Order: sequence, then C-alpha cells, then structure tokens
Amino acid sequence: MSDTSDRTRSLVRAAATLLVAAAAYEITARSGLFPPALLPTLPAIAQALVSTTLDGSMPLHALHTLYRVAAGLALAVAIGLPLGILMGRWAAVENFVLPLASALMPIPSLAWVPVFILWFGLGDTVSILIVFYAALFPMLLNAWSGVRAVNPLWLRAAAAMGADERALFWKVIVPGASPFIIAGLRQALLRAFVAVIGAEMIAASDWGLGWVIFDAKEFLNADVMLAALIVIGAIGFALERLAFGALERATVVRWGMVQAVKD
Amino acid sequence: MQELVPTPARASPSTEYVNTRLRAAARTGFPFVVVGAAWEAVAHAELFPPRLFPPLETVAVVLARLTANGILLHHAAETVLRLVAGFALAAIVGVALGIVMGRSRHAEDIALPLVSIGAPIPGLAYAPLFLLWFGTGNLTTVLLVAFVSAFPIVFNTWTGVKAVKNVWVRSAQAMGADRTRLFRLVILPGALPYVLTGLRLGLAQAWRILVGVEMLAAVPWGLGWLIFGAREFLATDVMLAGIVVIAVIGLALEKLVFRRLEEFTVVRWGMMA
Repeated sequence: MSDTSDRTRSLVRAAATLLVAAAAYEITARSGLFPPALLPTLPAIAQALVSTTLDGSMPLHALHTLYRVAAGLALAVAIGLPLGILMGRWAAVENFVLPLASALMPIPSLAWVPVFILWFGLGDTVSILIVFYAALFPMLLNAWSGVRAVNPLWLRAAAAMGADERALFWKVIVPGASPFIIAGLRQALLRAFVAVIGAEMIAASDWGLGWVIFDAKEFLNADVMLAALIVIGAIGFALERLAFGALERATVVRWGMVQAVKD
Repeated sequence: MQELVPTPARASPSTEYVNTRLRAAARTGFPFVVVGAAWEAVAHAELFPPRLFPPLETVAVVLARLTANGILLHHAAETVLRLVAGFALAAIVGVALGIVMGRSRHAEDIALPLVSIGAPIPGLAYAPLFLLWFGTGNLTTVLLVAFVSAFPIVFNTWTGVKAVKNVWVRSAQAMGADRTRLFRLVILPGALPYVLTGLRLGLAQAWRILVGVEMLAAVPWGLGWLIFGAREFLATDVMLAGIVVIAVIGLALEKLVFRRLEEFTVVRWGMMA
C-alpha cells in the first residue's frame, strides 16, 4: 500500500470520527436529558462564537491574553536565556542558581496568584508575572542543558582554528545549544499559555479569555464558555504548529542540527 | 583530582565521605542563605507593610503553629488525596487507551483526532465547564485533574507501543509467544520507558493544575484553598507557609516517587541508563 493512500485513509477516518463525535454531542444536547444552558447545541455555540467575534469582544479578549503571554514570555526569555547560558558556562553560577531553581520549580505558578494579588493588586501585572514564573524554568533549564550538550570537540576545534571567546559564543555555542533553546521556548510557551488562563480566572480582570470563561460561568453561558474554549484551542494550535514550525525551519533545521519533522 | 595527591595524614574514607557530603550540602545551602538574608533585610527594612511582606521567622512560626494544630496536615492530606485519585484515574484510563491506540489501527484513527484536539487547550480552561456540569467540590477537582493529566499519558503510551521494535515482536512470535505473553513480556517492557515518561509528565501536569483548581472549585480543604482563602485576611504569612508545603510535596513527588520507580523497573531491565 502506498504512503499517500494510507494518509488519506487516516484523514478520512479522522474526519469521520470528528463528525460522529459532533453528531453524538448534538443528539445528547438536543435530547433534553440535560438543561440546554449546561449543554448548548453546536449551532448555539457557533452563534455565540460569531456574535462575540463580530461585536469585537472575543478578539479583544484574545488580544489581552496574547499580550500577557507575550510580555511574560519576553521577560522569561530575557532573564532565563542569559542566565541558563551563564549556568552552562560557569560552574559558580550553576552552583548558585540550580538549587534555587530546583526548589522553586515544583511550586505550581498558580500557587503564587493570591500572593501576587496581595503584592501587586488585581490586573495585568499579576498575570504577566505568573506567566513569567511559569515560563522561566523551562527556558532556564533548557538553555543550561543546551550549552552543556555542545560537543566539546567543536569547542576545541573552533579554539584551535583561532576563534576568540566572542566568535566561539556566537558561532559555536549558540547554534549548538539552539535545539535545546528552541525546545525550551516551546515548552515555555505552552506553560505560559496554561498559566495565563488560570491567572486570568483567579485574578479576575475585565479582559482575557480565561476571564471570559470564568465570567460566563456566573451567568450559566455554556455557549460562550465553549466558544472561548474553541478560540483558546485554536490559538494554542496556531502557536504550536505555525510559530514554532516556522522558527524551527528558519534556524535549527536549516543549520542541520535536527531533522525536519514530516507531517 | 585530590585523591591523586598522596597526603601524609590521610583522613579515613568515612570522614572523607562525610566531608564531601558536607561540602555538597553547604554548596546547595549557600544560595538559600543569601536569598533568605536578602528577604530578611527587605522585610525588616519595612519598605513594605509587614503584613504583606512578612519576615521569615513569622512564616516559620505560622508554619509551626499550623503544623502543630494539624490544620496544615489536613489541607495537605486532602490535596495529596485528590492528586492521587485524579492521577490514578488518568493513569489507568490513559495507559489503557494509549495501548489500544498503539496496537489497533482502527482505535488510533478514531481516538487520535479527539486527543489531538483536546490536548492543546490548557486544562484550567475546562475548569468552569466542569464546575457547571459536576458542581463544586471533590468530583470536579478529581475529574479535571484526571482529564488534564491523561493527555501526556495517552500520547506517550501510544508512542511507546508504536516504538517497540518490530523485530522483537516477530522474533517473540516466531519463538511461539501467544498474545498475552507477547504483550506482557515484549510490548509492555518495550513501551515502559515511554509510559513512565508519560506518567511523569502527567503527574507534573496534574500537580501544576490541582492547586489552581482548588482555588476555583471552592473545596473546603486543600492547600490551594488555604492560600486562596488567606487572601481575604491579608495573611501573607499563611500563604507563604502553604507555598512551602506545596514546594516540599512537589519535590517529594519528583525525587522520591519517580526516581525510585525508574530504578526499580526500566533501569534494572537495562532499558535506560
């Protein structure tokens, strides 16, 4: 059997599964076994999605969420990446930072939400800092392992060919560590996205997808909740597939550090 | 390097061992001392109200008081119980589903699209929906934790079963292994490193979300609720004491549960170094 016919068969089956699942959901929703407020029909969800998109509120919520993710992630990269590289290069830094990181890492970022609310008040600061906390450790530890995983032979070869410290850093260490760093970024982004939804729910501000879902619960608007869930899923999927696929192709795949994933 | 240099008055091996251990402990402890001192300095300088930024001794006193009267233990026990219940549910369902998906093409085609759609949505986003459907309390918390931690378990088990070398399967079959033996002696051990990775990721995910869920689900006990409830009384010291307990449990999960499990299974079987 050829590869393509195998793939189309899988695609057809996947589509069939989703259709069956959607139909099963629709039948359950229409059967009247559960109140429609709790289990809205698919057209109702679609309508909620369309109307909140058209009045501009859903895109605005999504923008707020994305802004918080971007700000927290940028902060985490700005601190975690250099610190991780320093840890990989100097044992003294490693000895100092690693125990602290291993003690703080097992604390879920959401545990800090109430403390941060007391310290910084409700609003963007809390969400951004929670995102920062969640994204920092994957970034830090991956940068650290990446630098340590650079083949020492490459370092010595580059040094023998007369590379100074700067050339060594930019031409050998950074590209060598880049698969780890990108893996760290990706992990950081996923964690950040999880954290921002939680932070928005608990540190209720007025905007953000997490807040929409939580707020809709108060009014039993399950259709809005599910519509927001769809938006969240779509953003997560887009970030993961599009942003990182492109980033990987532009860097590590082009440099021949890893094989492109075929899909 | 030091062992290579012969010293005239050589300390006995046991004291040397103790010395290296002590030095390692000192090196690990040093950063905490520095950070602790900085915290104390800021707290005692009263740049911030002590209620919001309590000195460490206040936190320690609260920690000791809440531990002595058993309140902290009750909170921690409920949290751990929810974690165990949710994770056990996820492990059973997730590993079973992953194995079925790995072994049967039909099951894979049916389940994979659903799993791939559910996975990229952050677990907490489902929380209000679960609250709406199952009410506040333990059921919601356990179900949500199970739901969220099942995804990495399913994915990794599925990958693990598919990664079992075909040669192993065929040679076992050639040697006359029936289905049960094939499964028990070849597929299960072969997939186990992946399954364990999945379980580990699942547990980490469960742990990360549980505290948040406890805040949202209005459960009467639990560390998440302890921290969240303390906000009403501006009791930062209680919050920080709760966070210390959370850190200890998190560390224990990582170091004790999974290291041990790996040593007893895959490392002993030579599947992993």
